[in-house]
Amino acid sequence: MAQMNMKEAIRDAMRVELKRDPGVLIFGEDVGHVGGVFRATEGLQKEFGEDRVFDTPLAESAIGGLAVGLGVQGFRPIAEIQFVGFIFEALDQMVIQAARLRYRTGGKYTSPVVFRTPFGGGVKAAELHTDSLEGLIAQSPGIKVVIPSNPYDAKGLLIAAIRDNDPVFFMEHLNLYHAFRAEVPEEDYTVEIGKANVVREGSDVTIIAYGLMVHTATKAADELEKSGIKAEIIDLRTVSPIDIDTIVESVKKTNRAIVVQEAQKSAGVAAEVIAQINEKAILHLEAPVLRIAGPDTVYPFAQIEDTWLPNPARIIAGVKKVMEF
Amino acid sequence: MSKVPYEVYTEDVEALTVLSPAGEVINKDKMPALTDDQLKEIAYRMIFTRTWDDRAVNLGRQGRLGFYAPTSGQEATMVGSEFALEKEDFVCPGYRDIPQLVWHGLPLHQAFLYSRGHQHGGEIPEDVSVLPPQIIIGAQILHAVGIAMGFKLKNQKNVAITYTGDGGSSEGDFYEGLNFAGRFKLPVIFFVQNNGYAITTPFAKQTAAKSIAHKAVSAGITGVKVDGMDIFAVIQAVKEAAERARNGEGPTLIEAVTYRFRPHSLSDDASKYRTKEEEGQWNEKDPIARVVKYLESKGLWSDEDTQRVKDEAKAKVNEEIKIAEKTEKMTISGLIDSMFETTPKDLEAQKADFE
Repeated sequence: MAQMNMKEAIRDAMRVELKRDPGVLIFGEDVGHVGGVFRATEGLQKEFGEDRVFDTPLAESAIGGLAVGLGVQGFRPIAEIQFVGFIFEALDQMVIQAARLRYRTGGKYTSPVVFRTPFGGGVKAAELHTDSLEGLIAQSPGIKVVIPSNPYDAKGLLIAAIRDNDPVFFMEHLNLYHAFRAEVPEEDYTVEIGKANVVREGSDVTIIAYGLMVHTATKAADELEKSGIKAEIIDLRTVSPIDIDTIVESVKKTNRAIVVQEAQKSAGVAAEVIAQINEKAILHLEAPVLRIAGPDTVYPFAQIEDTWLPNPARIIAGVKKVMEF
Repeated sequence: MSKVPYEVYTEDVEALTVLSPAGEVINKDKMPALTDDQLKEIAYRMIFTRTWDDRAVNLGRQGRLGFYAPTSGQEATMVGSEFALEKEDFVCPGYRDIPQLVWHGLPLHQAFLYSRGHQHGGEIPEDVSVLPPQIIIGAQILHAVGIAMGFKLKNQKNVAITYTGDGGSSEGDFYEGLNFAGRFKLPVIFFVQNNGYAITTPFAKQTAAKSIAHKAVSAGITGVKVDGMDIFAVIQAVKEAAERARNGEGPTLIEAVTYRFRPHSLSDDASKYRTKEEEGQWNEKDPIARVVKYLESKGLWSDEDTQRVKDEAKAKVNEEIKIAEKTEKMTISGLIDSMFETTPKDLEAQKADFE
């Protein structure tokens, strides 16, 4: 076991896979020589060579198309899109080409591609660096969307994503890259894609969250506990497909739930989670399932980011609302 | 001293022509080396493709085919560019480029199934190196770049060829593809069939550039222009580009100037934007007539041969459309099963709604 932060765990996952499978390739803007703008791929080109880890010209659509073409040739590309806002340039290749190739060809060709992208607020970044765009991709059939919240999951999920024979959009929260260290096994292991994790047990209310919001919800749960409310926190880990079974099991126990996401209220995946709870557990609910989310504006200017993003106080208010319904 | 940039490329690029409209080889140096059997095979494929196009238009009108983009007039570019390649070379087509797929090995009935909107149409046989037709104009260009990089990484001496039209050369993906391929020196051929129109929009409204071949300059790669009604010029240009690619000298952009004798698609009316006079002028450049004249002059072809090919093509089309029509119907369960290697639980459960 080693102590790693999430960025180091992500790098370690890629290292493990580069070593294990000669078909694994890493490319994107500045990922090779320098090792990425966040150094997530630092040292990998030196260790594995320029044929395996390389810089590309600055064009996201071509990075996506290159990944699809290399996938057709039997490679396992890990394509990095430098910041989440730039996926729009690559959207056709991600959600039209990669996501549909298996279906269009009846399985003759597949896209075993991972699109890695940093995202997430609270770091006062420039425009279009931090938007939560997981909802866009989650609405696209054929591609999975994974968002880890800690170093252990990040490594296990990324290895699973690289080994998956279908495309995966892997979103890395900027505010979690260096937030804390945790025990991460040095050997290879996987965390199952599509499986949520109960990160805190409780009996009064279920809080469903992902990404940074898992930690924001934990802070809220600590406060709630002081007033005698025991919150159970579920970290989705994969936002498409959603692990509804774990959620339903929890709701059956707590009879109350809220969904917390950093994305705007109408974006993200909270609405889908609530719809599925309604379909599968409505008779277990004592109150409606509420959403705690960003307001439906464009992502905020850096100076008002902290007010815009969901915080423990808003989560606590939401929980009290469902408790007192 | 070079001229200032805006003066440098104001002249058009000269198109390579080998065979004159009268059927004479006017550029012996550039005549590709072809055996008599190969010459006859070329004529066979071109006439077959024209007959198939005629039949497909009728089948479309009868409702037996669905989406179909006519190919008549483009036999030299389509048949010729594919003929110049090897079986292991990879074809990334646009939506009109069905003949290249079929001559590269896709069974005709699967092309018909694609047209009819059946999944089996895209289920490319194991030993056939093609992608299904691409509807998003430009996307296939990037796939060819990735596939070419795959060849390079595997040290395989093969090339990827990708097709688009004159309108497609305005897409961002077109430029990004050229630029990436140039940067990584990849074995890829960008083959643009400039038939003068993108649906109703004439080429002059796509760009101020004098030719599409000029656009290679922006990526630092080789650009050539050929007479797209001359199959020998097409074959020669593709062979030269493929040789450069196999030798590790990188990509080539080929612009082939051609014409579609029919509308853009079965739902388009070309008389709204083209004149009879223009169509007549292009009819005189018919790529099949040229080749037939040449082969006749060499004693390799006769009217009877043409008739025989037409009969064979008609019979083959009839046979293959029947196979397409008899293909088992798709089911929602089948579609669901083909989404992922392992179907997610919720999606698996959705099958029940259709049983």
